[in-house]
Amino acid sequence: MTTIQQQQGATGARILGLGGYRPRRRVTNDELARMMDTNDEWIQSRVGIAERRWAGEDETLVEMAVAAGGKAIAASGLDPDEIDMVVAASAGLKHPIPGIGPLVGHRLGIKRPGAFDLNAGCAGFCYSLGLVNDAIRAGSVRNALVVGVERLTDVTDMSDRSTAVIFADGAGAAVVGGSDEPGIGPVAWGSDGDQHNAIEIATGTGFMVMAGQAVYRWATTKLTDALFQAMERAGVGPEDIDVFAPHQANLRIVESMAKKLGLPERTVIARDIVQSGNTSAASIPLALTELLETGEAKSGDLALVLGYGAGLTFAGQVLRLP
Amino acid sequence: MASTQEIQAGLGEILEEVAGVTPADATPEKSFTEDLDVDSLSMVEIATAVEDKFGVAIPDDELGNIKTVGDAISFIEKNQG
Repeated sequence: MTTIQQQQGATGARILGLGGYRPRRRVTNDELARMMDTNDEWIQSRVGIAERRWAGEDETLVEMAVAAGGKAIAASGLDPDEIDMVVAASAGLKHPIPGIGPLVGHRLGIKRPGAFDLNAGCAGFCYSLGLVNDAIRAGSVRNALVVGVERLTDVTDMSDRSTAVIFADGAGAAVVGGSDEPGIGPVAWGSDGDQHNAIEIATGTGFMVMAGQAVYRWATTKLTDALFQAMERAGVGPEDIDVFAPHQANLRIVESMAKKLGLPERTVIARDIVQSGNTSAASIPLALTELLETGEAKSGDLALVLGYGAGLTFAGQVLRLP
Repeated sequence: MASTQEIQAGLGEILEEVAGVTPADATPEKSFTEDLDVDSLSMVEIATAVEDKFGVAIPDDELGNIKTVGDAISFIEKNQG
């Protein structure tokens, strides 16, 4: 029998560069209060959001992904030729065929990459990171570009104040490459498909609906295990975590998770939701980019991330920041 | 099995911890949202704390029917143990 030959991959993989794109239009709570029955105090106390970005017509998924991806490639120091995979994580694609991954790669000058879109709701970035980490270690890929990109305002009913104040637009990207010293821990992922309709784009209206209380309960009670599992698999404990950057869904969920983890005082907690709203698959790379740009986090810091959302899906890992 | 007084006292502690409600204000006729300024997400936190403390399950659809402190007390009384 002929043996099927295998390839040897890198010992580990790490994030080489991060980049983000925030749409130009900044929408404050006061502006929303002029459009719907809500106010700044209500929004801040429920979800912790002060403002968010809404994409203009020209800020398409592809344009935002290219902008964030280009910054991540520049930060990585790689030539686009050295990248051979593009994963575009997005939850609300209005136009699913063709997928955007191949075009994003082409626009960035990446030559014939393996390219596809991945929909794991707001967990898409961490799912993608888990996959490319394994692909690099298996030798299927040398370097990969992962982009989380969303235009949630396309699928949000602007007269539904329970969702319109939360969902927003943006893109965040990471270039991942092989390294002798692992910079991405084993992924802790899973799903609770019995709650598949807790967050959904409703048939008919095409707008996102969310069972807020059910999702809040799930996020604050069922996901703590995944966070501890991600740390355990990477061989680290809460005391080692420099940066905690969970998906930016609701500031109260961020604070609740941080409290349950028992993180040390010095741990920097990502609160990018305050200025960005919930950008789904883009929220974690956007938050990490912001923390590095402001100097709150630094290169070499150990970060714990967890994406979670529609499905319901979740995925978390421990990362070394580039 | 906790007595009605024990349930009311335990619920008062949870309300203070989760939503900053003064325990003496948490009397049975009070509405969580109208009188005690407890929002829908804090109701979820109260429900999970009640579940841990009294060993009852409060599914989300039941949670919607619990409007007053008295409703919560009778729910716990009926479902505990």
